[in-house]
Amino acid sequence: MDRAGGTGRLPAEYLTPGSPSFTDFLTLAAPELVPGSRGLLPAAVPDAPHGTTIVAIVHQGGVVMAGDRRATMGNVIAQRDIEKVFQADEFSAVGIAGAAGMAVEIVRLFQVELEHYEKIEGAVLSLEGKANRLSTMIRGNLALAMQGLAVVPLFAGFDLETHEGRIFSYDVTGGRYEEHSFFSVGSGSVFARGALKKRYSDDVDETQAVRLAVDALYDAADDDSATGGPDLSRRIYPVVTAITQDGFRRLSEDDVAGVVQEIVDARMTNPGG
Amino acid sequence: MTTPFYTSPEQIVRDRSEYARKGISRGRSVVVLTYDNGIAFVAENPSKALHKISEIYDRIAFAAVGKYNEFENLRVAGVRLADMRGYSYDRRDVTGRALANAYAQTLGSIFIEAQKPYEVEIVVAEVGASPGEDQIYRLTYDGSVADEQGFVAMGGQADTVTGSLREHHRPEASLSEAVKAAVGALQAGVGTNGADRPGGTGGAVRTLNADSLEVAVLDRTRPRRLFKRVTGTQLDGLLNESS
Repeated sequence: MDRAGGTGRLPAEYLTPGSPSFTDFLTLAAPELVPGSRGLLPAAVPDAPHGTTIVAIVHQGGVVMAGDRRATMGNVIAQRDIEKVFQADEFSAVGIAGAAGMAVEIVRLFQVELEHYEKIEGAVLSLEGKANRLSTMIRGNLALAMQGLAVVPLFAGFDLETHEGRIFSYDVTGGRYEEHSFFSVGSGSVFARGALKKRYSDDVDETQAVRLAVDALYDAADDDSATGGPDLSRRIYPVVTAITQDGFRRLSEDDVAGVVQEIVDARMTNPGG
Repeated sequence: MTTPFYTSPEQIVRDRSEYARKGISRGRSVVVLTYDNGIAFVAENPSKALHKISEIYDRIAFAAVGKYNEFENLRVAGVRLADMRGYSYDRRDVTGRALANAYAQTLGSIFIEAQKPYEVEIVVAEVGASPGEDQIYRLTYDGSVADEQGFVAMGGQADTVTGSLREHHRPEASLSEAVKAAVGALQAGVGTNGADRPGGTGGAVRTLNADSLEVAVLDRTRPRRLFKRVTGTQLDGLLNESS
C-alpha cells in the first residue's frame, strides 16, 4: 500500500514533518484506507454482523472489561465466538458494539494510532487523549452510522496520572462521556446495567469485579436474544480483560471458566441471580 | 538560466562523499551488536530526550549518527512506512529488509539530487526468532547498504571502535557482557579524539558512565513489541554485573 512508485524511494509525504497522528498521515498517504472514507452507500445496507454487549467495571486497583461472544445478523447468529474486547495499548482496552466489520477496522486503526504516537513522540498519550482520538474516529463513521452501520465503542483504561481505572462511553456522533463505577454498551446493555446497579459497590476488588462482569453478561444474555450466554458445551466463555497499574492482561480461559461455572451453578437454584 | 560549469560525475560524488563523511565523523559513535537473546544498541548520548536509538516496529529498531534533523526525518518516515505496511497488510509483513531498501533508495536519490547529501549513517536491525535470523543493515549517506554480521560501529572514530569490537564481541555473550564490550569500544574511540572535539576538555579523556549512555535492546524473549530502553538502575546493574 505504500506508494513507493517505481524508484522504491520513500514518497514525499513520508519525509514531510507533520502530525504524530497515524490517521492524519493515512489521510494524506492512502486516503482509501481511512475508515468511513468511502462515503455514503448508494442503497440500503444489506444485513451485516452486529456485535452486542460489553461491560466495564471500575474497581480499587483498576478496571475490568468483558464482552459476550455472539455476533448476530438479523435473527441469525452470525458467529458464536467473536471477540469484541481488544487491547488498545499497554494501559487501555476497547470493546465494541454495533456493525462488526466497521468496528474491527476502527479498532485496528485505533491501536496503530496509539502505538504510532508513542513511537513518534517517545511518550504515551494521556488517557483523555486516547479517548478523544477514538471519538474522532467514531465521528468519521457517522455517514455509515446513519445507514445502519453504527459503531459504539466502550473505552477503559488505567490512568497513570490519577492512578485509577476510568471508563469512557460514546454515542454514534462521536460524543464522549466519562462514566463512573460501571457502564455497558450494546443491545443487552440495559439488562447488564440493571444487574450491575443492584450488585455494584465502590469497594470491589478485581476478583469481585470480574465476577460482577460475567454475572452482568449472564443477565444480558438472559433477556436479550442478541447477547450470547456462556456456552458450556462448546467451552465458549466471555472475553474478560483487566487493566491495572501493571498493564493490560486478558484472563486465561481456565480462569474465566471457573467464574462462569460458579455463576451457572448458583443460577441452578436461583435463576434470577 | 545560466549554463553551469561542467563538473565530472566522479568529482561530484567525491565532493559530496567527503562532505557527508566529515559531518558524520564529527559526532559521537553508536554501536549495534548481537548478544545471546537479541540485539543491543549502545550510544554515547548525554541527552535523555534526543534519541539516537528508536523503536520502528515489533522486531525492528533504528540507530543513527550524524545530523539530528536529517536522521530524525528518516526515523519518522520509517515508523510511518512500517505502521502503514502493518495496517494495510499484517504485522508479520513488516520486515527490516523492506525498510532498509526504502532507506537505501531514499538516501541514494537524496545524495545525487538534493542540494546537499544527508550527513547520516543509520542501522536498521531486525531481531529474529533465533540468533541465526538476526539481521543488521547498515546504510550510509549515499544509499549503500551492507548486511552486517554480529556488530556495527558508526560515527566518530568508527574504525577504532570497530577494532575494539572485533576483539571483544562474542555472539553468545550475555546482555551485560555485550553492553560492557560496547562501552569499552566506545571508550576506546573517545580516547583518541577527545581532544580535538569542539568544546572538548583539551585532551582529558571522557569516561563513559550510565549518564552519558543511551542503551536499548531488541529482546527476542519479550512479547510482541521487542524493543526496550535500558535506563537507570537497570543500566547500572548491567554495567556493574561481574562476569
